[in-house]
Amino acid sequence: MTAAGWIEIALYIAVLTAITPLLGAYMTRVYRGELTIGIVERSIDLLDGRRAQDWKAYAKSVLISSAVFFGVLYLILRTQGIHPWNPKDLDSAPWDVAFNTTASFVTNTNWQFYAGETTMSNFSQMTGLAVQNFASAAVGIAVAVAFIRALAARSGRNIGNFYGDLVKTLVYVLLPISVVVGLFLVSQGVIQSLTSGPVASQEVIKELGTNGGGFFNVNSAHPFENPTWLSNFVELVLILAIPAALTSVYGRMVGNRRQGWAIYSAMLSLLIVAVVVVAIAENGSTPAMDAAGVTGMNMEGKEQRFGVASTALWVVVTTAASCGAVNGAMESLSGIGGLVPMANMQTGEVVFGGVGSGLYGMLMFAILGVFLSGLMVGRTPEFLGKKIEAREIKLTVFGTIGVPMLVLVTSALAIASDDGRESIYNSGPQGWSETLYAYTSQGNNNGSAFAGYTGFVQPADAEQFGITFANVLGGLAMIGGRFLPLLAVLAIAGSLAGKRVAPAGAGTFRTDSPTFVVVLIAIVLIVALLTFVPALLLGPVVQGMTDQLF
Amino acid sequence: MIAAVALTIVLGLVYPLAMTGIAQVVWPDKADGDPTLVARDYSEDASLFQSRPSVTEYAADATFFNNQGPNQEELSDQLAGYMHDYLEREQPFTPDLVAADVPPDAVTTSASGIDPHISFENAEIQANRVAEEHGLPLEQVLALVDDATSRPLLGLGGPKSVNVVKLNDALEAQR
Repeated sequence: MTAAGWIEIALYIAVLTAITPLLGAYMTRVYRGELTIGIVERSIDLLDGRRAQDWKAYAKSVLISSAVFFGVLYLILRTQGIHPWNPKDLDSAPWDVAFNTTASFVTNTNWQFYAGETTMSNFSQMTGLAVQNFASAAVGIAVAVAFIRALAARSGRNIGNFYGDLVKTLVYVLLPISVVVGLFLVSQGVIQSLTSGPVASQEVIKELGTNGGGFFNVNSAHPFENPTWLSNFVELVLILAIPAALTSVYGRMVGNRRQGWAIYSAMLSLLIVAVVVVAIAENGSTPAMDAAGVTGMNMEGKEQRFGVASTALWVVVTTAASCGAVNGAMESLSGIGGLVPMANMQTGEVVFGGVGSGLYGMLMFAILGVFLSGLMVGRTPEFLGKKIEAREIKLTVFGTIGVPMLVLVTSALAIASDDGRESIYNSGPQGWSETLYAYTSQGNNNGSAFAGYTGFVQPADAEQFGITFANVLGGLAMIGGRFLPLLAVLAIAGSLAGKRVAPAGAGTFRTDSPTFVVVLIAIVLIVALLTFVPALLLGPVVQGMTDQLF
Repeated sequence: MIAAVALTIVLGLVYPLAMTGIAQVVWPDKADGDPTLVARDYSEDASLFQSRPSVTEYAADATFFNNQGPNQEELSDQLAGYMHDYLEREQPFTPDLVAADVPPDAVTTSASGIDPHISFENAEIQANRVAEEHGLPLEQVLALVDDATSRPLLGLGGPKSVNVVKLNDALEAQR
């Protein structure tokens, strides 16, 4: 790769690190209630959004509102034919595609078993999908903030109010950034019209909310979603902006910014290793290129205006965050280049992760980390001065191991059944990689894909629209993958909120030290990633090690 | 429920419509889609610069990826075909051109299928053919290539890329 490529990667890391404390400080003010605009505060009052909720009430509000969002979106998609702003006169999606898509957008996954521009009307995109981009992101952030409050609490059982957190996130955080950066994207050439499509308004929240569902089938590779190198760079920053800033919010709210930087460091270390591996892998050629006498970088499925560095960076950023937007074809990556995004997702999306879900996922690993370290030195584990006991550890294990189990079981079901194998497009190990990628991505609420999987929903084969088995299994995986960890984390929040804080002593295992960063990285790799090694060996690793064609 | 409806109205209607309004007033040409951002099929006219290969026939409103894995025989066959076409087209004008000198973007499909850009090296090779076919001095064609080249962050960020649509438009204007 060229020097310019490495400079771009370094620049990205510098920009991300610089904005983390700025956005973190702003968001902390929002959740402390220091920022108030009259009309917003009145609407919070209307929603009864100030009454303190314990974890059960908070969880109930999350579930109820998610259920309502689910119903509204499903209804919009199934009645598409009668809505306005449908210049291509597209009909409603079939029930199974609508179910998968609804589950996908409500759970912040944005997996797409449909092709945007040939399935969805502008009305569905605007009022259905884009609204969920905002709402599902706000739900994730709200839960993370509630968890932070519980960790910071000195007494009591309450963790805030879900509706208050939801509205604050939407109006004070997501909307203003979307308006400003969205208009910048238009200035770069992203389209925004009622005939060709309201793309910029959707593109910006798709990255900012780590949603990832593209207006067009080829997502951010489409010149009208992502026209220039600069628009690409800005979109990359948007994807990690909030997940990174939340580490700072965490540090500030628990009263020790070093705690936030420790989590940030662990996340960033894993990110940098991943970027370097993909950049080097894509800088070389693939076996198919070699056999055809093509030399140089793997440009298949990549846009020339972005280049290999931008694509490698995007591949890692979008799977580290549970974003899932793509600016190139994931399926065309080299064997090792395709291994990394899968591994990123299989950590449980905690390397920055989704907005909110990444931080609370990582904090569960942190709790696991102090527990295991405590066992090694024979002390009662404490996290931020709060004793970690059997109940918290049981819930943590449930929250960290639940999704890997879900992914392995759904992948196995899909590869073992004829109905599941019908979705496979490529022959050989790539077919298994497609399957594993699909359920890893959906179970972890990422949404990126080896898009050949059920790829004959592509316009070229429009008659074969949708495979019910894959739509339903994937939809269930997304719902399970979202709400299992979310409920576990709220339950942990409930039991930690009321615990007294013991003062740190000489024997306290510090969670803001470099040692802890190393422990945290090791726990993530051992607990989450190791689960998937056998499955990865059979797919991307095989392809990365052989020149054989299939 | 009422809250969900209110959210849909604010985020699903007011926000995108307001954005559309501002965009249409401030950037009217860009908001409707700048046509030079989308690749075109120039294969009918061998005197022009050629876009990267596309399996989607350069369709901008029904896009999809090629989706061939890195070890697929089918991909290898595709790439070999693109390489054959490229050499057949360019070798008469660049006699010492061999497969190992062909930049990878010239014989692979882009992700979108409508990437309007090619690498600078690819454009330099094609310039020999275009100059001869148009009866223009090579220097003049290379100057046009240079004008259509983007260098992000003064060349420090991202690759040097040439917009084929803009380049061919500039070329046509010279006739």
